[in-house]
Amino acid sequence: MARIEAEVGKPQGGLMKWIDDRFPFTETMKYHVTEYYAAKSFNWWYIFGVLAMVVLVIQLVTGVFLTMNYKPSADEAFASVEYIMRDVEWGWLIRYMHSTGASFFFIVVYLHMFRAMLYGSYKKPRELIWIIGMLIFFVLMAEGFAGYLLPWGQMSYWGAQVIISLFGAIPGIGDALVEFIRGDYSISDITLNRFFALHVIVLPLSLIGLIFVHIVALHHVGSNNPDGIEIKEHKGPDGIPLDGVPFHPHHTTKDLVGIIVFLMLFTGVVFFAPEMGGMFLEHSNFEPANMTATPEHIAPVWYYTPYYAILRAVPSKLWGFILFAIAVVLPLFLPWLDRARVKSIRYRGWMYKTALTTFVISFVALGYLGLQAATDAYVMAARFFAVLYFMFFLLMPYYTSIDKTKPVPDRVKYHE
Amino acid sequence: MNKLKMLRPTIAMAALFISLQGFAAGGGAELESADIDPDNISSLQRGARNFMNYCSGCHSAQYVRFNTIGKYLELSEEQLVDNLMFNAEKTFETIQASMPSDDAARWYGTAPPDMSLMARAKGADYIYNFLKGFHLDADSPTGVDNIVLVGTSMPHVLWELQGYQKTIYSEHVETREDGSTTTTHEFVGFEHVTTGSMEAEEFDDFVRDTVNFLAYISEPIRSERRKLGVWVLMYLIVFWVIAVMLKKQIWKDVK
Repeated sequence: MARIEAEVGKPQGGLMKWIDDRFPFTETMKYHVTEYYAAKSFNWWYIFGVLAMVVLVIQLVTGVFLTMNYKPSADEAFASVEYIMRDVEWGWLIRYMHSTGASFFFIVVYLHMFRAMLYGSYKKPRELIWIIGMLIFFVLMAEGFAGYLLPWGQMSYWGAQVIISLFGAIPGIGDALVEFIRGDYSISDITLNRFFALHVIVLPLSLIGLIFVHIVALHHVGSNNPDGIEIKEHKGPDGIPLDGVPFHPHHTTKDLVGIIVFLMLFTGVVFFAPEMGGMFLEHSNFEPANMTATPEHIAPVWYYTPYYAILRAVPSKLWGFILFAIAVVLPLFLPWLDRARVKSIRYRGWMYKTALTTFVISFVALGYLGLQAATDAYVMAARFFAVLYFMFFLLMPYYTSIDKTKPVPDRVKYHE
Repeated sequence: MNKLKMLRPTIAMAALFISLQGFAAGGGAELESADIDPDNISSLQRGARNFMNYCSGCHSAQYVRFNTIGKYLELSEEQLVDNLMFNAEKTFETIQASMPSDDAARWYGTAPPDMSLMARAKGADYIYNFLKGFHLDADSPTGVDNIVLVGTSMPHVLWELQGYQKTIYSEHVETREDGSTTTTHEFVGFEHVTTGSMEAEEFDDFVRDTVNFLAYISEPIRSERRKLGVWVLMYLIVFWVIAVMLKKQIWKDVK
């Protein structure tokens, strides 16, 4: 016994050292968790990143359990969802968590993006974090879209029909492209099968990969803060940023408080209003898909409606599609559209503040209009707000360069 | 820390919710409220009896099992078999229509829809008004039409109970400046042509119980989820207090 131990070598310094010699465990934990310093002055706008992670985990875990009972087939999909809702133990909870999670994912991500716009988190040196984040947003939109077809209800079917047919507006390849996406001449079992594959494998895997890179990039440059000051520029003799506190235990315990508040809202919907008055689960989606009966009013789920309103505001199908696509992609260019020397809204002038307020109003208004039937008055209103939406981005290089900014202090503001 | 500032994102989220709820509320025709009480077990029992006696001949509720109903409606297996299960053998079976769907489609022009989720798709008020809204129409093959769903192929199944009624319209004549007139008709109500075996209020209750049952089967878990939700929220409140104390402890030296 003793001889063998001597030869093999008893672990010196315990299990941790044994692991660390083979995998940088302690080093990674320090770099990303216990010695990752972020500003102590974070306000609650900084909760939405971690909340997005919480929702991601909820979606992944509930999604796996749904997959165990869901049948991706045009004949069985709708019935299998009802089977989950009625006959599978706790199936209703898993399903409501997943359907509510979809809407909360977008709420949280929209607010997370808005935080970046408030405090200039997309500006140098964080341009790549922003771009990766926008890619995450694009994938999330695709993920939500693919997932919405799976219950195979009326709105699943006709919503997908409307959105996929948009690609038909592209000259030349349009019709062929639509057929390629559907895999059939209309939305069918084949479409459902491929959307299932995308929804449970391709898109979530891309999401996880992109989120990993998003966080690696973030931890490389360090988090921004409500003052838009680089805390790494003021380090103490120990090399630790003077205004920073470690992610763990400081930010983790603070985040936990926010996560619980979030869970209260989330479970509030799951247990007391899972349909959210038809916003999170649309009424007509409780009717099985019927390709011979078009619903009176087809509206996408609320999180796509700002862009959908822009699409409908344009009389030409092709230009509607182009402006729709531009509206989605445009925020990607924020790091270069914004010419202001300061990051945070705290030190910006009235022009940016007015512009951002206008942007928020137009985005919410477009979201509302996209839910309504396209009457003349609503379409005119959508045109008005669409112009405001685009002006926010396109005039940004101008108004941010002439906007009078205030001097930025050296150190973050922190009041207990 | 400034408490108001701390709350700002929460308020933003709450505001978003309220406005979302607001969007959903708008639109829709004016329907009389069904005024159902999902917690009234005897109303649900009567509704189940009504459904099995008057509806299940043509309408299935293919996702609904008898034993699920029995558990919530406080009915024993024997009571289920004796009172509700006319064409089923075992209590785990689902509610199937007696009439084959293909035949029904041939006879009525469209197959009678499954009722499992009708209340979630259309709303309880819609079904309540629909069941009360049959009126005589000589042009229709079934002799009746419906005020809520015009052109429905469903016959007036409950005619023995309600009797037949006809629609009453008020006439509005609008005279323009050039002397020409336009006449518009506005629906004001029904008038009985024949009386049924039930008084009007009795019939309303009959329909209300039936709609209550339909609302129940559209989401049998509803009452359980609300009960459980209260416990979950209470747990989260306790957890939140602990988390706040922990956060304060960790942050006490940060100046």
